[in-house]
Order: sequence, then C-alpha cells, then structure tokens
Amino acid sequence: MNGRIIAAAALAIGILAPFTGIYTVFLMKALCFALFACAFNLLLGFAGLLSFGHAAFFGLAAYVTAHGVKEWGLTPELGILAGTAVAAVLGLGFGGLAIRRQGIYFAMITLALSQMVYFFCLQAPFTHGEDGIQAVPRGYLFGFIDLMQPMNMYYTVLAIFVFGFAVIHRAVHSPFGQVLKAIRDNEQRAISLGYRTERYKLAAFVLSAALAGMAGSTKALVFQLASLTDAHWHASGEVVLMTLLGGMGTIAGPAVGAFLVVAIQNYLAESGAWVTIIQGVIFIIVVLSFRRGILGEVVGFVAKRKATPAAKPLEPRPASAITGE
Amino acid sequence: MDDDIILETSGLTKEFKGFFAVHSVALRVRRGDIHALIGPNGAGKTTCFNLLTKFLAPTEGTIHYKGRDITRANPADIARMGLVRSFQISAVFPNLTALENVRVALQRKLGNSFQFWRSERSLLGLHERAEELLDSVGLADFRDVPAGELAYGRKRALEIATTLALDPEMLLLDEPMAGMAHGDVDRVAQLIRRVSANRTILMVEHNLSVVADLSDRITVLQRGEVLAEGTYAEISSNPEVIEAYMGSGHD
Ligand SMILES: Nc1ncnc2c1ncn2[C@@H]1O[C@H](COP(=O)(O)OP(=O)(O)O)[C@@H](O)[C@H]1O
Ligand SMILES: [Mg+2]
Repeated sequence: MNGRIIAAAALAIGILAPFTGIYTVFLMKALCFALFACAFNLLLGFAGLLSFGHAAFFGLAAYVTAHGVKEWGLTPELGILAGTAVAAVLGLGFGGLAIRRQGIYFAMITLALSQMVYFFCLQAPFTHGEDGIQAVPRGYLFGFIDLMQPMNMYYTVLAIFVFGFAVIHRAVHSPFGQVLKAIRDNEQRAISLGYRTERYKLAAFVLSAALAGMAGSTKALVFQLASLTDAHWHASGEVVLMTLLGGMGTIAGPAVGAFLVVAIQNYLAESGAWVTIIQGVIFIIVVLSFRRGILGEVVGFVAKRKATPAAKPLEPRPASAITGE
Repeated sequence: MDDDIILETSGLTKEFKGFFAVHSVALRVRRGDIHALIGPNGAGKTTCFNLLTKFLAPTEGTIHYKGRDITRANPADIARMGLVRSFQISAVFPNLTALENVRVALQRKLGNSFQFWRSERSLLGLHERAEELLDSVGLADFRDVPAGELAYGRKRALEIATTLALDPEMLLLDEPMAGMAHGDVDRVAQLIRRVSANRTILMVEHNLSVVADLSDRITVLQRGEVLAEGTYAEISSNPEVIEAYMGSGHD
C-alpha cells in the first residue's frame, strides 16, 4: 500500500530528524502541536464539529501533569496518564453540554466553557497564576529512562505522537469512524437509520479531548512548564489554523499544518508582531488557493492522476437499471 | 386497537407560529398495504412524515405504531422499531462510497459501532449483503464511487437501497420518484412493489398513475387536513377531490 510506504518514510524521518542538526526542542514542540491538531481534527474533519475550546484540554492537562510530577512525584508516564484522564473527563463535561448544539452555537459554547477553564487556571492556587508551574522535573520514564537526556525525551515524544496518531487513524478507519463520517455527512439521515447520533459525537469529543490532553501533558514535560498560554483561547484558535492550513479532510494534514505554524513562529520569533501578520497572510493565501489545505491538495492531485485511467469502467451503463432486472 | 392497523394517528396537529401545517389528522395504515398520501404542494405531507418519524414534535394528537404510543419517542428509536423513512431531498452520505452508504445501515445491527479500536475489516462480512442491495437497485457498478458524485436518479436509488438495508417493517417514502427520468420511474415502481411483499409502505407521490397502479389505499391531504380517504376508484370519483386536487394540478 502507498499509505504504508508514506507512513514508514515519515516515521524514518521522525527517527532520523535529530541527527540533521535540527533543534530537538523545536521538533518536540512541533510534535506536541501536531498531535493536538490531529486530535482536534478528529472532531472537525471526521465528525463535523468545530470546537473553539480545545485549549482547555491541552492547557489543563499540562497543569495536571506538571503538578502531578512536581508536587506528588508521579513518574512521567503516570503524569501524562493523569493529564490525559482529566482532559477526558473534562471533555465529557464539555461535550455533554455542547453536543446538542449545531454549528456556531457549538463553537460558542465550547469557547465559553474553555474561558471558564482559563479563569480556573488563572485563579486556582496550585497553578501559580501568571507564573505557571515552573521547573517541572522530567523524571525517569518507567523509573529508569532519564528524560533530561534530550534524545530520550525526543524519542519519548515521538513515540507518544505515533501512538496518538495511530489511535486517531484507527478510530477514523473503524466501525465507529464509519458512523462518525456518516453523521458528519448527513446527521438527519444517520438518525433516520437508527443511530443515536449524540452518543457518537460525544464519544468522539471525549476521544479528541483525551488526545489533546495527552499532547498538552507531553508539552509540559518537554518545556518543564505549564502556563496560561496553553489554556488561552489563542491556542484554541491556533489549532484551528493549523488544521485548516494542513487540510482537515486528511488525517495527517493537521500535523503538516502544525509543523508549518510552529516553524514560522520559531524562525520569525525575533520579528515580534510580524509573526502574527505573516501567519495571517500565509493563512489567507492557503485558504484562498488551496481550499482543502496543503496536504488535502496534494492528496487530491495524486488521486486525480491515478483516477483518470481507472474511472472508465464506471461509465457505460444507462442512467437507469434501478431494479437490476 | 385493531390488530390490522400498523400505524394510527388521531388528532395529529402541527402548528408553526399560528399556521397549522397539519391539522387534526386521523390516519390509519393497514399492515401490508401500500398506502399513498397525496395532495397539492404545501398540503402538509412532508410535515406529516416528520411527525410520524419524530423529526418534529406534534403540537397535539397521538401516534400509535404497532399498538405502542410513540408520540413521545425519539427518531433514532423509531427507526429501531422498524419504521424507517426516506427524505424528499435525496439523503445520502456524499463522502462515503455507495457501498459504504449501504454498509453503514447494515452495520448498526452488528452492535460494534462504538468500537473505535477495531479495524474496518471487521465490516467485511457485510459486503456481500451490501453488494446484493446495490445490485437490486442497479448500482452494482458504482460500489466504490462516492455517493456525492452519483447522478440524481442514482442517489435516489442508493437511498432506497440504504433504507432497505435496515429491512424495515414499515417504510415511509417521501416522493421517491421526484426528479427521476421516465424509465427510472417504472423501475422504482417495480422495486417498491417487490419490496412491499412483506412490509407496509406509506408513500407521498405526485405521479398519479404510479399512485393508481401501486396503492391499496389513498389519503388526500389539503391545507393540513384530510380531504378524503379510500381506494383509487373511490378517491378519483370523489367530487371534492376532483375539485380541489385533480381538477387543478394534475396533467
Ligand atoms: N419548519 C417549518 N416552519 C414553518 N412552516 C413550515 C415548516 N415546515 C413546513 N412548513 C409549512 O407547512 C406547510 C406544509 O409543508 P410540507 O409538509 O412540506 O408540504 P408538502 O410536503 O405537502 O408539500 C407549508 O406551507 C410549509 O411552508
Ligand atoms: Mg413535501
């Protein structure tokens, strides 16, 4: 399969990337946001739900992990698990309140709820307000892998990304994913087939929130910091941007978008306010010229070239034959 | 309640801000019949379907299906009870292939639809039945085409195949032949007759020759109210119906 080869190539790049001299912290940051964006896109791209509050899961999970490993001495894997679990529970709450709403109302409710989480993160005693939780120890993975070693940390992050991505990939290509796509395409029709669609959307929301949380937890270990930035609505907007840039119709598109956005922010970091403007311009160009996002256009182009000879057998056959007799 | 009656409404009413789209409708559909619901545009036929399948909540009145009061049930559960509808505007899943459209209907009874950790291969067992259904509506050659790319008539055919995949006890078809080419109308009529063998069908249809040909009973709606009910012979000789409906709209 073509997809297998591309996946293997991407994994090889991921494994070899640190040896190219690229700063590993950059790579790790990009991987965390890539997972965040892919998790977000499970909702937008495959359930048709635009959440504008995903920073709540990303940010709160980061706080939980940071607090857990720093104050309670949790091992890194337990810290990440705790953050992921809290994000899942929070997702159940958000989803339960928002899932009955459609379109813009859904987005607004998720935004409002995420603002509440933001103020909680600002006010709660354990989050240390504007300072955030600093000097979070990375600790020893499974008790013996020292994550202060950059390579160990990098491959841990890569493994987490691959795991999260595999979960999303499987979910999209599962019996559950089929129903989800049906709901995205035509919810009324899915209901008329007997599907209680709200339950499927809620399940997708929880899964998406949990994986977004896992990304936030991982980022907290990488930067040894949990801060308000990750819970801010800017982060919710950024993940929408990454997803649309990369392409929401594909599973990997948001990861491409995340790398692009993180790269722009990184390399233009000194330019201050210009980063936002350049980001905005790129966004406008991509949205206007590649409707399906960067990866979406590439996939569409390849599929079109393949389809031209293969489409022929579909043609002959009168526009009739409804009964087949 | 009469055992012969599969679906019965009494005093069924839907009000939209002072406007009665459906007013005090008493409908009785006999088990095994093909029952047609006809009437001019805006008569309230689609609204009636939405009420029966719970896509709208009635303002007043009750609905009984197989002797059970379903007035307050939700639409997914109605489908699970074997009362399945099609839509006036063709309803397919445009980004799924024709095969996947039918398969997603078959899939529900498998009971694995929440399993996000299982491979799609667990659905391979449904392909044979899905292909049979596609073949029965003449879509065998289109199994891997995204439904959104199918021509209009084929979308309608796919919708019928998807509905039949649920093997419903009772089918509600809202203008199944609307927008179809002449030859296709006959084929769908044949298909409807064939699948009606062991089920009940309530259908809205404008093509009166199809209605005459297929229906056991006919209910005529006008401005939200039942104007007449009976066999085609009774209906077509009813002066009120001729005056209100056939006299004007019919070709
Ligand atoms: N959601 C709605 N809100 C307000 N009016 C509606 C709504 N749905 C239908 N109607 C009105 O109810 C009447 C009956 O519509 P409908 O049931 O679609 O008729 P039919 O299917 O017989 O052509 C029409 O006048 C239509 O404008
Ligand atoms: Mg109608």
